[in-house]
Amino acid sequence: MSTLQVSIYRYNPETDSAPYMQEFQVDTKGRDLMVLDVLHLTKEQDSSMAYRRSCREGVCGSDGMNMNGKNGLACITPLSEVVKKNKLTLRPLPGLPVIRDLVVDMGIFYQQYERIQPYLQNDTPAPAIERLQSPEDRDKLDGLYECILCACCSTSCPSFWWNPDKFVGPAGLLQSYRFLADSRDEATRERLSELEDPFSVFRCRGIMNCVSVCPKGLNPTRAIGKIREMLLANAT
Amino acid sequence: MVTNITNLGRSGLSDWLIQRFSAVILALYTLFIVAYLLLNPGLDYATWNGLFAQTWMRIFSLLAFVSIAAHAWIGLWTVTTDYLKSTGIRLAVQSAIILAIFVFLVWGIQILWGA
Repeated sequence: MSTLQVSIYRYNPETDSAPYMQEFQVDTKGRDLMVLDVLHLTKEQDSSMAYRRSCREGVCGSDGMNMNGKNGLACITPLSEVVKKNKLTLRPLPGLPVIRDLVVDMGIFYQQYERIQPYLQNDTPAPAIERLQSPEDRDKLDGLYECILCACCSTSCPSFWWNPDKFVGPAGLLQSYRFLADSRDEATRERLSELEDPFSVFRCRGIMNCVSVCPKGLNPTRAIGKIREMLLANAT
Repeated sequence: MVTNITNLGRSGLSDWLIQRFSAVILALYTLFIVAYLLLNPGLDYATWNGLFAQTWMRIFSLLAFVSIAAHAWIGLWTVTTDYLKSTGIRLAVQSAIILAIFVFLVWGIQILWGA
């Protein structure tokens, strides 16, 4: 039997007084489809359903959602990885306001990203060609620059759920460390002084939900540990 | 810029360091007390009193009391800022926690040095 039981979170604030779960039967024809393919099949049954998708290959980060309780990108998550007892439950990313169905308002997530000033700061006059970096210094950015800002990590983090206005969150902190670790960046001291309060970095309790869900296999917890080390080295 | 005035160290970095340092002190103190109780099965009042009459034990105990006071302040402050969203309730609970910690600390010192 290749009929999959799919349960999808539905909410249209213009017509619904409260969110509800809609049930679908999807014929997978025995194939190990990606979750995004299943969404396309359910949309054929009910075209009023809204979700975000773009590149459908794990590069753009549009289709982050909660699949059977775990955040991830629907386009690169095969059914065999998430389906239990022939049932698939899809919900929007937790902790962010729902605009409609699986589409969430990522405003506060982007605000935290903006706050860490995600760009190179260097006031030294630029050399004629480019600012060079040794291969060793370049290696320090591996595991940091690959983030696609899909928000799977930050929205799986209870500290971000409770204080999204003050705690930068794993995605923002990974990017913060990406610039702290960059040999060409000169704003290290200013960056660190913005992070030493009890919330921005230190609300991280190290439960590593971010590491467990990151679709790119990155490790925000390690980056947060490195930021703490830099803060400590700077202040003792 | 995130500001805060009711946490112990005013800075997240100092709170974080104090939390870890006090945790080590408390772990050592707990290990010591448990080991002492295991090595002295027929413990009587005179021996117990004798232990706490020594200056090093009083210093160690006071260090543990101060550590638990700081540890509790930082930990419970974090809990209140996570779960209590109403400013009035949060501030009231934080005040009550800090007051209780102060009372227990003074009381502990009195027991330790008063006998």
